[in-house]
Amino acid sequence: MRKQRLVTMVAAGAATVMALSACGGGGGSSNNNNNKGGGNPSATGPNAAIGKAFNPSDKKGGTLRFANAGDWDSLDPGDTYYAYSWNFIRLYGRSLMMFASAPGQDGAKLTPDLAESKGVPSEDLKTWTYKIRKGVKFDDGTPVTSKDVKYGVSRSLDKDIFPNGPTYFNEFLDLQGYTSPYKDSDPNGLGLKAIETPDDQTIVFKLKKPFADFDYFAGMPSTMPVPKAKDTGSKYKEKVVSTGPYKFEKVELGKSFSMVRNENWDPATDPNRKALPDKITVQVNVNPDDLDNRLMSGDLDVDVVGSGVQPAAQAKILADPNLKNNSDNPLSARLWFTNINGEVAPLDNIECRKAIQYAADRTGYQRAYGGNAGGEVASSLLPPIIPGAEKIDLYPSKDNAGDLDKAKEALTKCGQPNGFETNISYRAERPKEKATAESLQQSLGKVGIKLNIKAYPTGDYAKLYAGKPDFAKSNNLGMMVFGWAADWPNGFGFLKEITDSRNIKPAGNTNFSVKDPKVNEAIDKAMTEKDENARQKAWVEVDRKAMESAYALPGVVAKGLYYRPKNLTNVFITDGFSEYDYLALGVSG
Amino acid sequence: MLAYIIRRLLGAVILLFVVSLVTFSIFFLVPRIAGASVEDMASRYVGKTADAETIRQMAEKLGFTDPLLTQYGRFVSAIFVGADYSTGPTTVHCPAPCLGYSFITQNPVWPDLVDRMGVTISLAVGAAVIWLFFGVATGVLSALRRGTVFDRAAMGVALAGVSLPIFFTGLLSLTIFSYGLGWAVPGGTYVNFAENPLAWAGALILPWVTLAFLNAAGYARLTRATMLETMNEDFIRTARAKGLNERTVVVKHGLRSVLTPILTIFGLDLGILLGGAVLTESTYSLPGLGKYAIDAIVNNDLPKVLGVTLVGATFIVIANLVVDLLYAVVDPRVKYS
Repeated sequence: MRKQRLVTMVAAGAATVMALSACGGGGGSSNNNNNKGGGNPSATGPNAAIGKAFNPSDKKGGTLRFANAGDWDSLDPGDTYYAYSWNFIRLYGRSLMMFASAPGQDGAKLTPDLAESKGVPSEDLKTWTYKIRKGVKFDDGTPVTSKDVKYGVSRSLDKDIFPNGPTYFNEFLDLQGYTSPYKDSDPNGLGLKAIETPDDQTIVFKLKKPFADFDYFAGMPSTMPVPKAKDTGSKYKEKVVSTGPYKFEKVELGKSFSMVRNENWDPATDPNRKALPDKITVQVNVNPDDLDNRLMSGDLDVDVVGSGVQPAAQAKILADPNLKNNSDNPLSARLWFTNINGEVAPLDNIECRKAIQYAADRTGYQRAYGGNAGGEVASSLLPPIIPGAEKIDLYPSKDNAGDLDKAKEALTKCGQPNGFETNISYRAERPKEKATAESLQQSLGKVGIKLNIKAYPTGDYAKLYAGKPDFAKSNNLGMMVFGWAADWPNGFGFLKEITDSRNIKPAGNTNFSVKDPKVNEAIDKAMTEKDENARQKAWVEVDRKAMESAYALPGVVAKGLYYRPKNLTNVFITDGFSEYDYLALGVSG
Repeated sequence: MLAYIIRRLLGAVILLFVVSLVTFSIFFLVPRIAGASVEDMASRYVGKTADAETIRQMAEKLGFTDPLLTQYGRFVSAIFVGADYSTGPTTVHCPAPCLGYSFITQNPVWPDLVDRMGVTISLAVGAAVIWLFFGVATGVLSALRRGTVFDRAAMGVALAGVSLPIFFTGLLSLTIFSYGLGWAVPGGTYVNFAENPLAWAGALILPWVTLAFLNAAGYARLTRATMLETMNEDFIRTARAKGLNERTVVVKHGLRSVLTPILTIFGLDLGILLGGAVLTESTYSLPGLGKYAIDAIVNNDLPKVLGVTLVGATFIVIANLVVDLLYAVVDPRVKYS
């Protein structure tokens, strides 16, 4: 019996390691989950944590064990930009607003956290006022005031010390030259005039341009309060002062950290958090394949990065019904797409760009990302899980395989009836992007568009290569494979960074190609629309205009394959982050 | 002997200086020669939505706008007298030997390296003891039983050991012994020796054995070949003719001859491993110098890369010096002056 067990283990181990070499994922899978973050969830089995809580429980206790194949950009609320970090940070910090801890689309709705209610805007949408809840304390027992929130936002403006965080406050607040509380003439570091704190419970933000979605800014971790007396600048990440249900127990940056209950967190002030586990441990820089093995063996509870398992584990899970029963395969607010560079001739002609849109075989694009398990074919930029998103398909083809006749027609209108030659770039360390470039090379080749494939290092792709307009133009990069995930799931959070041409900088861009004044006009209209439903429709219009200009070829709306260990309770995918909701999780063991 | 050691130490200092200069040039000079501007270099260390002004400020903060010689001088000076760096509200002194501060985490590099060294030394020394013992013993026995089933089996296993990469044997060992049988702790577990020696050994036993399996194979093959050659030498025949028992002939005369080449490669292997067992540490998620180096390279964290390169080079230089000194102990014909 023992011998047989050993043989089984050896076989399983060998299968695991052999699967490692099968990088890039298989073709299509039988997993056909296909709804807005849903699929066909059942009480147990595959996708049981999509759209509702799996294994719901209010039982407290135990240790929730996370691991990370990489490392945080920072634990400092003013210096972090990863989606998983914004999901996780709610365990130890409270921002003015937050995404509700709820399954599916309810998790993409904003709810007041440190604030008593949503922000109250002025008529011109340039002033936003929040009232802070009474009774909220730091983990040392000191009461939280509006000044602590102001100080937290003010310090996050200093990109010398906190380079990683978003720059929305830098861009929208009426700073009047203010740069940092560390260079502030006010001894309390509260000299920023764009934020006022008339009393300890009130905070007022003053913008230099109107913005209807400011509540999303108020949900960023940089609105988490920071006590000036405990601020150690770039070293604050080693000892963040908590306002959430957990506080840091031990932090070894680059290795691990642990958190225990914060006795100064009062549930009466917090309707959003269950705080089920007694303790939380996190290990970082873990071998990604080993991390998946540990999840499946029950030695670990959550892969905190929330992008799904590695190709080796994916192959195992999809092939084994028992493992598959403990997995979820939701859609996310991430799009894999290819930029079409209008600065490179003949793609400065819209008809040539349309020829690419028509000729591209999007099923090949999908295969490059692992088939159905890897994502769904996209026909526009806005992923369907973004509230209000609508299906837009301006370049339809049968079975998404490409319409060669329409492509040839467009080429003729473009003055290139026999096609043309250009380069396509991808990120060298991403085999799926390489497969995408090869797939497009094949499908566009059918209408005479010859693509030469160029690889560039992932880390510098946006900063030195494809995302640097001068480089892209001089190297004839007519197409640039890329991907984008929403900062938050609404039109602004997803579309502005990749479609607003006024964002384009000399280097380090997120918008590589979309340069259309009509798109910019539509963005301005959407940003100042007060009614939420009308605003959602306005962002759909931005999506439509971007597709009309044909500067971006949508490929695949990403899906991740997540493994959910059996001892996890209260597990569900939230559309707020397209990951398991870390605030809700508990453990049964 | 003392003069020899002093000469070698001076040589080591010059060598480390050259290593630092070459490494610095690779990461700071070569990109500039290749056409990268200071802004291009700084753009790696700003957030994804940084504007041109933020990038320019970062270039200034990291010192990229200074002449390269000034940058290198600052790096060397910090090693001897330390350096100050701003955390925002305060300025922190990084005492000598300060190897700069990380461009990503903004923490000084040297304390990180010291922290990681314990893991790497534990891993390298433990594995070295195992592979030296089993490698040499297997090689000697194979040579003495040449052509037997044991010899062929041992050399077959040795061939497998040399051929199988550690990310294969490592993951396989974890799958079987940790997640399957539950006999070993999972990857990523490390306990300080001072905290709990038993747990320390328990956490390292799989990495030790896996790493030793890879290296022991080479030692077994080398020992066998050298031993076979030695056992056919005249002095062995003389020893036997003098009536010495076989054990004395093998251990005192044969094995002693074999030790010199073993010592040579052992010094190099151990030195290299002490600079970071990259694959083993990555496979088992051990926070040692090798994992640190990989993470630094992936993140373009130049001060960390410089620091870990210097520490690795130092270990190799020291290991070579120790090996050279041990030659005199192992082989009476070697004399240093």
